[in-house]
Amino acid sequence: MSASSAFNEEKMGSSSVGEAEYAYDPVSGKIFSSDYNRHDDLKEMLDSNKDSLKLEAMKRIVAMIARGKNASDLFPAVVKNVACKNIEVKKLVYVYLVRYAEEQQDLALLSISTFQRGLKDPNQLIRASALRVLSSIRVTIIVPIMMLAIKEAASDMSPYVRKTAAHAIPKLYSLDPEQKDQLIEVIEKLLADKTTLVAGSVVMAFEEVCPERIDLIHKNYRKLCNLLIDVEEWGQVVIINMLTRYARTQFLNPNLNESLLEDGGSGDKTFYGSDEDEDDDEKENKEKAEAAALAKRKPYVMDPDHRLLLRNTKPLLQSRNAAVVMAVAQLYFHLAPKAEVGVIAKALVRLLRSHSEVQFVVLQNVATMTIRRRGMFEPYLKSFYIRSTDPTLIKILKLEVLTNLANETNISTILREFQTYIKSMDKDFVAATIQAIGRCATNIGEVRDTCLNGLVQLLSNRDELVVAESVVVIKKLLQMQPEKHSDIIKHMAKLTDNIQVPMARASILWLIGEYCEHVPKIAPDVLRKMAKSFTYEEDIVKLQILNLAAKLYLTNSKQTKLLTQYVLNLAKYDQNYDIRDRARFIRQLIVPTEKSGALSKYAKKLFLALKPAPVLESPFKDRDHFQLGSLSHLLNAKAGGYQELPDWPEAAPDPSVRNVEVKESVPEWTKCSSREKRKEKKVEKPFYSDSEGESGPTESADSETNSASASDSASDSEQSRSSSESEESDEGSESEEEKENKNKKKVVKKAVKESESEQSSEEENRKLEKKIKQQEKDSETVSDDEESDSESSQSTSEDSESEAEVKKKAPVSRTPPKPVKKEKKEMSLLDLDDFEPATSPQVTPISTLLSNSLVTDLEGLSLSDSVLAPSTITPSGTLKSYELLHRITGEGLSVEYCFGRQPFSPDANMVAVQLQFTNNSTSETKNLHMKDVKLQSGMRVKEFPEIELLPAGDTASAVMGIDFCDSTQAANLQLCTSTRKFFVSIQPPVGELMRPVFLTENEFKREQGQLMGMNELTEKLILDAKYRNEHAIVQRVTTAAHLSRVPCGSDNECRFAGRTVTSGSLVLVTVATGEEGVAQLTVNCEKMVIGTMLVKDILLALTQ
Amino acid sequence: MIHSLFLINASGDIFLEKHWKSVVSRSVCDYFFEAQERATEPENVPPVIPTPHHYLISVLRHRIYFVAVIQSEVPPLFVIEFLHRVVDTFQDYFGVCTEAAIKDNVVVVYELLEEMLDNGFPLATESNILKELIKPPTILRTMVNTITGSTNVGEQLPTGQLSVVPWRRTGVKYTNNEAYFDVVEEIDAIIDKSGSTITAEIQGVIDACVKLTGMPDLTLSFMNPRLLDDVSFHPCVRFKRWEAERILSFIPPDGNFRLLSYHVSSQNLVAIPVYVKHNITFREGSSQGRFDLTLGPKQTMGKAVESVLVSSQLPRGVLNANLNPSQGAYTFDPVTKLLTWDVGKINPQKLPNLKGTMNLQAGASKPDENPTINIQFKIQQMAISGLKVNRLDMYGEKYKPFKGIKYMTKAGKFQVRT
Repeated sequence: MSASSAFNEEKMGSSSVGEAEYAYDPVSGKIFSSDYNRHDDLKEMLDSNKDSLKLEAMKRIVAMIARGKNASDLFPAVVKNVACKNIEVKKLVYVYLVRYAEEQQDLALLSISTFQRGLKDPNQLIRASALRVLSSIRVTIIVPIMMLAIKEAASDMSPYVRKTAAHAIPKLYSLDPEQKDQLIEVIEKLLADKTTLVAGSVVMAFEEVCPERIDLIHKNYRKLCNLLIDVEEWGQVVIINMLTRYARTQFLNPNLNESLLEDGGSGDKTFYGSDEDEDDDEKENKEKAEAAALAKRKPYVMDPDHRLLLRNTKPLLQSRNAAVVMAVAQLYFHLAPKAEVGVIAKALVRLLRSHSEVQFVVLQNVATMTIRRRGMFEPYLKSFYIRSTDPTLIKILKLEVLTNLANETNISTILREFQTYIKSMDKDFVAATIQAIGRCATNIGEVRDTCLNGLVQLLSNRDELVVAESVVVIKKLLQMQPEKHSDIIKHMAKLTDNIQVPMARASILWLIGEYCEHVPKIAPDVLRKMAKSFTYEEDIVKLQILNLAAKLYLTNSKQTKLLTQYVLNLAKYDQNYDIRDRARFIRQLIVPTEKSGALSKYAKKLFLALKPAPVLESPFKDRDHFQLGSLSHLLNAKAGGYQELPDWPEAAPDPSVRNVEVKESVPEWTKCSSREKRKEKKVEKPFYSDSEGESGPTESADSETNSASASDSASDSEQSRSSSESEESDEGSESEEEKENKNKKKVVKKAVKESESEQSSEEENRKLEKKIKQQEKDSETVSDDEESDSESSQSTSEDSESEAEVKKKAPVSRTPPKPVKKEKKEMSLLDLDDFEPATSPQVTPISTLLSNSLVTDLEGLSLSDSVLAPSTITPSGTLKSYELLHRITGEGLSVEYCFGRQPFSPDANMVAVQLQFTNNSTSETKNLHMKDVKLQSGMRVKEFPEIELLPAGDTASAVMGIDFCDSTQAANLQLCTSTRKFFVSIQPPVGELMRPVFLTENEFKREQGQLMGMNELTEKLILDAKYRNEHAIVQRVTTAAHLSRVPCGSDNECRFAGRTVTSGSLVLVTVATGEEGVAQLTVNCEKMVIGTMLVKDILLALTQ
Repeated sequence: MIHSLFLINASGDIFLEKHWKSVVSRSVCDYFFEAQERATEPENVPPVIPTPHHYLISVLRHRIYFVAVIQSEVPPLFVIEFLHRVVDTFQDYFGVCTEAAIKDNVVVVYELLEEMLDNGFPLATESNILKELIKPPTILRTMVNTITGSTNVGEQLPTGQLSVVPWRRTGVKYTNNEAYFDVVEEIDAIIDKSGSTITAEIQGVIDACVKLTGMPDLTLSFMNPRLLDDVSFHPCVRFKRWEAERILSFIPPDGNFRLLSYHVSSQNLVAIPVYVKHNITFREGSSQGRFDLTLGPKQTMGKAVESVLVSSQLPRGVLNANLNPSQGAYTFDPVTKLLTWDVGKINPQKLPNLKGTMNLQAGASKPDENPTINIQFKIQQMAISGLKVNRLDMYGEKYKPFKGIKYMTKAGKFQVRT
């Protein structure tokens, strides 16, 4: 390598551009031959059977590619190694392949089969990398293969593979845009994915393939908002930008009222704000007032989804990634109510500490923002002060921001700053500063004179650039009030002798011409001088000389007639046709001849018309019609692929389009096939209660965030209440006493209610019943709605009305009604004494009820299990407990949790977690409860009932249910006492995410047979001496995972079976023992993640 | 998104190119060279250059331009931030990010770039994941590799990308478990001619070096968290917890990382630890100027001000300077007109002073601009804002780690106008 690298250097120097293309240039014959030789030995190395030689060869080839040299003739030799065992060789071959496949399409096809094989590999990372390379090969022939692979990968078990599939979509799209429709289908499918890993990539694909299909987002909107914080940073940027656009199409302008006021102008804010009823005034300003009145009549209420977006993006302002911060900032700028936009200022100012490129982009955006919302950045004025070490680009942008921020109150400090800037060594910057002073002067009347004086002083500056720039600016300022400043004009006239900068000369000449009546003596003299030097002047100066001449001729023809003629004659023969044209035009206009028509009469009016003073505007004005933070905004021109930021809609589109997702989002595992049914149900929705329509969105938004557990429990309470009511009316068999205590019996009654609802629905309608079953699995809220539906049909209309009222209140009040707390307390196992007498009489009615439901559905069986379970299982001492809250962080309160392994009765999809509270402090703790949990998407929590009092030194325990969605991600909760809040998290071992099922040996074998291939994980192990008997194995395995033993014919095999709690996927474990403690562990599980983790855990349990 | 990347050195040679989509010809860089020529200083090349068919977005680090070619709308900060991440990764891998280092490790560089972007969209940018995929080259490993022919590429497949904590690699093991935190604060200030402070603010960072076995869960709390006005976190920090309790709770990445950067609210008065007395004058008519500069400590809370370095860009008219430092050494570059004075430690008893004359171009008139003076310094064992770490706790692992916290104050952009 070393020998050839020197040679490379030489060649690099000789032709740095387009070298790759000319590598075979016949002129460089010597290079050609040596290249050829060198490639020969590379080929030899690649053909050898030593990996080290291959690697060396590949490294050299990659180095060639990196330098941009052509290595395409090695293609056949390289491709052969695509199936090489050595990982690094393989990777480098991939690099090569992706680079040259386009040029050698036929040969590239040879490698395809390798990747196709890789796509079927049991290891997800290999599948992913195979798809990645396959989709990166830009060969049109394989489009169908890619399409197939993408489709398959999109429904892969592993989120990582799905992510890769999302990445592959834009690749395929760019290769063959005709696949768009099919790709959109895949995108739609992947958009529904619940994992954070996929979200960013699929939105990226969405943006590249079908950004116009905003309808695909509806159902995923809330999910995306909630996942956002956990998505990797690059994905966040893409999602936020997309959601900005989405929100612009779906929500109402939160600043509508204000923008109306702004348009109304003339500072009558108070008028609209205060006089609500004065009709007279409204008539005066018909249209606007009408619109405003309209807005008034319908007070703006922010869509909860709009709020959700703003709320969930706000924490990202704290991101370390400048792009994320900028994305959130632009989102707030474009979407937030005026009062809230301010929060972004601090974060943006923080970015000014970053690299200069970041500063450049941020300052551009800040400049645009300061025009619209000046107040936002005023407190940070000093952060925009300029340091001599800033690059000029940054200096000029900071200057722009400072100018935009200038107002009456801070102008004096800003001008003082500007004064120091004028002394800078960076002349471009000084020029920009002078411009800035000019703009401040035009915008703020109070300082105009001061500025003008300062600028006039600059006219005596030694640096010509400074003087020239000052002249230009003064010219603009003078135009505003010329009569006062004839002395300045005189002063400037003198400058014509010295200043050489054409723009400045032109400006002076224009000024003198324009105001020649103010300086009647000097003007002709200036023209005289100019006529002398006319031929040497720059074009713009020549034009102004012509102008001056024309104007003087019109006002003072006596003195200047000859001079004008002279100048016009010179101009007539000028090289520049513009000047020749102008001369001809002026001559015709001002010099009266016979031919000159009516126009010459008006010459004076034409030339000496009053010109409006120029408005000095920021170049950033109106840039905000581009989405901030975008490339188009930066360039102030539409970049390719830029998506316009739509205007706010007049009326908000139907917000319920986003509702579907709520029902779907909770159960991660429902199949798409059920979607249709759900849609049906949605249509039914308005049927059961009107109030639902109103409170619906709020409620759903909350349950979606998983944070508002309060509302959850509120709906729970309502649920239990309604259930007990219905129970009463239907059964009528329950005693009065029970009625009084009804709140205490939630556990049981809920089950009653569930089974009952099933039953009743069955009576009504078979279809409906199916749905309910579906929903039982799905979520509480759904089953709740559904249930009330069926119920209302049974119970009287009065009932359903009152229920509707409760519903309406529930999400508003947000605090769970007291009865809930009491009834929930029963679930805590330590209160068994209270509990048991209450339960026993109730078991009977349930079972009778159940027998009904049993007929219809086997689900009931598991239900009855769960109902009975709490009384049968007691917390076992052997359970491993984990610390939730340490005594010290908890200020005396310590909490431990363990997995009790009993089914969680209120919801079979939840894992029961036993909490043990110990109050180690000296004072009592009050109102211990869970609040405001922020969970991973899909997770749900059933809080434990509030513990109202925990005396010092006492312990208490409670049970809560968590639906982990079959993942070992921690559930993050907030534990509150009356005085403090603690953030705690519960992380389940994988073994606790399942519940045992009973299978026969045959069933086991059959199920196992269906879970082969990727779903089977096998691991060899050597059993610890202690665990070599069957009993020990069973004991260890069941401790590690909540499984039940499956009867087994052979002695040296132990089998276990279970189902995951949320999705009910089968988990089958086999431990086959052999000689001397050698054993083989096999886990079959549809969920590969669960499987892999379980293998690890069991291995650990058996070997330690 | 990102089509291609070109690396261009100070002399304008393209020494590395990488394409993630179809190949873009090198000639696209001509537009960049044009812009470069137009810019007077290397850092004045505009970061975004539109060309007829592409857009060039570049960053300049370590005198290397990283030029990304993009074809359609993309947030420019996205690309800029990514390019900086690339540079950071190179630095992390090779210790320095120079042309030589990149050329020496061109294969590793290529492998890294391949993993960092897929079809132009960032894939793996976390250093922990990358290091699992591609082992950083060390001298020992390079030697072993050349002898045995083994590779830099990780043998086992990385699982980090799949985990819930994507920033931390799995299976971390150390014999010595240690966690070090450096609280580094920088003072940005502009001091006016008369010595009064025009603007001053404190920016701080907490850099961590965590080498802990397993999956430790750390919490770090401050004595005075109210000081922190604006913070930005490493993704590992649990934001909610900070919001509610002002405690940093996180599962750290393995190795070095920046945990937190913060800004101390500007309402608080910033203590300026040094003062400068200066007298730089040019007289009209004479070809000499006087230079007199004295540094002194103030408000340092008894700590020594170290590693003081003064630099100043003198006016163009200055030919050379004849100065006499009371301590340290000074240099004056007659081409760039940059005066630097390496002072070292400030001794409060004997204040450092630099005095002498400057020679101006004969016949040239007196320069009307005054040079600004940039000062760098360090103060050990003190965070100028008064921020103090209260305690560091570890959960989730059994062993007792060694914990260390270091404070330091530095000058950021500390400028004195004259």
